[in-house]
Amino acid sequence: MDTHARTAPTQLPSADLTTAVEVVDLRKVFLRRDKRAGRFSRRRRPVPAIKGLTFSIARGECVAILGQNGSGKSTLVRLLSTLLLHDGGSAHVFGHDVFRESRAVRRLVNRVSVEASFFKKMSASENLSYAARFYGMAAGETKDRIPEILGRVGFPVERRSEPMEALSRGMQQKVALARALLTSPVLLLLDEPTTGLDPRSKREVQDFIREIRGSHDSTVLLCTHDLDEAEALADRVGILDRGELLALEPADVLRERFGGGTLEDAFFAATGRSFEEETPEEDEDREVFA
Amino acid sequence: MRATEIDFRHELISLGGVVERNVYLVRRYIWWDVAFFLWTVANTLTIVFIAKGIEAGGGTIDVNRVTTQLLIGAVIWAYLGIIFEVLTETVAWERWEGTIEYTFMAPLSRPVHLFGMGLFAIVFGLIRAGLLFTVVAFFFDLNMPDAHFVAAFVVLVVASVSFIGIGMMTAVLPLISPEKGTQLGFIAQGMLLVVSGVYYSVDVLPQWMQWLATISPATYALDGIRDAIIGGDGLTQMGDEIWPLVVIGAVSIPLGLWVFSLGERYAKRHGKLKRSG
Repeated sequence: MDTHARTAPTQLPSADLTTAVEVVDLRKVFLRRDKRAGRFSRRRRPVPAIKGLTFSIARGECVAILGQNGSGKSTLVRLLSTLLLHDGGSAHVFGHDVFRESRAVRRLVNRVSVEASFFKKMSASENLSYAARFYGMAAGETKDRIPEILGRVGFPVERRSEPMEALSRGMQQKVALARALLTSPVLLLLDEPTTGLDPRSKREVQDFIREIRGSHDSTVLLCTHDLDEAEALADRVGILDRGELLALEPADVLRERFGGGTLEDAFFAATGRSFEEETPEEDEDREVFA
Repeated sequence: MRATEIDFRHELISLGGVVERNVYLVRRYIWWDVAFFLWTVANTLTIVFIAKGIEAGGGTIDVNRVTTQLLIGAVIWAYLGIIFEVLTETVAWERWEGTIEYTFMAPLSRPVHLFGMGLFAIVFGLIRAGLLFTVVAFFFDLNMPDAHFVAAFVVLVVASVSFIGIGMMTAVLPLISPEKGTQLGFIAQGMLLVVSGVYYSVDVLPQWMQWLATISPATYALDGIRDAIIGGDGLTQMGDEIWPLVVIGAVSIPLGLWVFSLGERYAKRHGKLKRSG
């Protein structure tokens, strides 16, 4: 068992510049209406989304977290993005406490999620300008930088003034990548960035993730349920199951340890379930974490 | 540059970014805004025609005075509606478009975020209120020989600080209830105006409502603007309106920020800071 993944140290490891993310015994619980208490009851019951996660990510590393829908991947990303408050443990990004120094963390982090999420009537340029201002980039800085970065992600620059709603899903996702990169984040959180994309767009996005790791000194946390993507992009692959991190190792070590020929076999051996399998009750309980 | 100067510059750029985004959206939705403005004109006319209606029914009133009084009430109602709507969109629109997570994880301080929305709301609201007043006044051939428009404008701007503070409190409602929070903002607007003498003197209200009127900024805004436009009062005669507005503004802004921060904390605790609610 990988000590990074399973050991919960009692003391926070000293933060240094070689550690990008340090998560220790991190917990998050959501309250859900207790249907067993009756249709009209307002009683709530706690449903743990993240159960004592402990892991670290080195600077410049790409770590993929594999998990089914509702495994807690998005909750983890949202915790590290300062969008959720935790219920225990700690998380540090480049030495900054995610929950106490959230503004310092926000300067270092950006993300791309499964939904591109833009003001649909506004153009790519306008959406990127809006996002950039929050990171202190004035109009003079973004005027040339936006077309340049759109070109780098493979977006046809001449279409940058068209409303987002006129662009394909793949194009929108490229603008989402550009938005994340525009602010030069040192930690990039990718939450299923290629889900729903056609094979070509998917390959282009993956190529770009590889490129930015080389050129941007970025650390990447990639949450996905695409096994091939995880294996192709990540230095280490974690298996997150019902809020617990069962392993976090290089893909080949993972396969070897769990005796599987493929990462899917390893996932099955680690969790006792196939990658797509979910029971209806679990779905219902865990949908809040998506 | 020192760290504090850099931080200050970032905040100013962020503030500009919030205003800039709203300008983009107005540009993109301009015809919807025109349609909404026409609806506001029609709605205002239904109220302002009441004075002529009373006269036609045999009532003895100073039609010019009552019409102007009603017009000011209706314009303030519409102005307050815009202020609350824009501030409520701080959360509601972002949630609908799905950008809420990106905006709330950006290194933008919440006061600057809300002030940016407030600044845009005031500028947009003032332009709209001015147009509304002019268009509706045109229907009635109103005679306002003593009107002191500069004083009325200053009173409205000063009152806007308080309105922004209250708007911040209503802006948090869509965070707590994604489905119904926006509508609760309209309720706040209605409650505020009903106790403030929007179309009548507060003297006609029950005692407990009159007490509420004394802490409502809309009461002083309506009084001040009516005194300026109907009575011709200048700024030097507006102490009874300006000072309460300054005090209420000084209280409502920190209170609004505090309430919003509580709501944001609640949303982060319960996972409501996301697109689907």
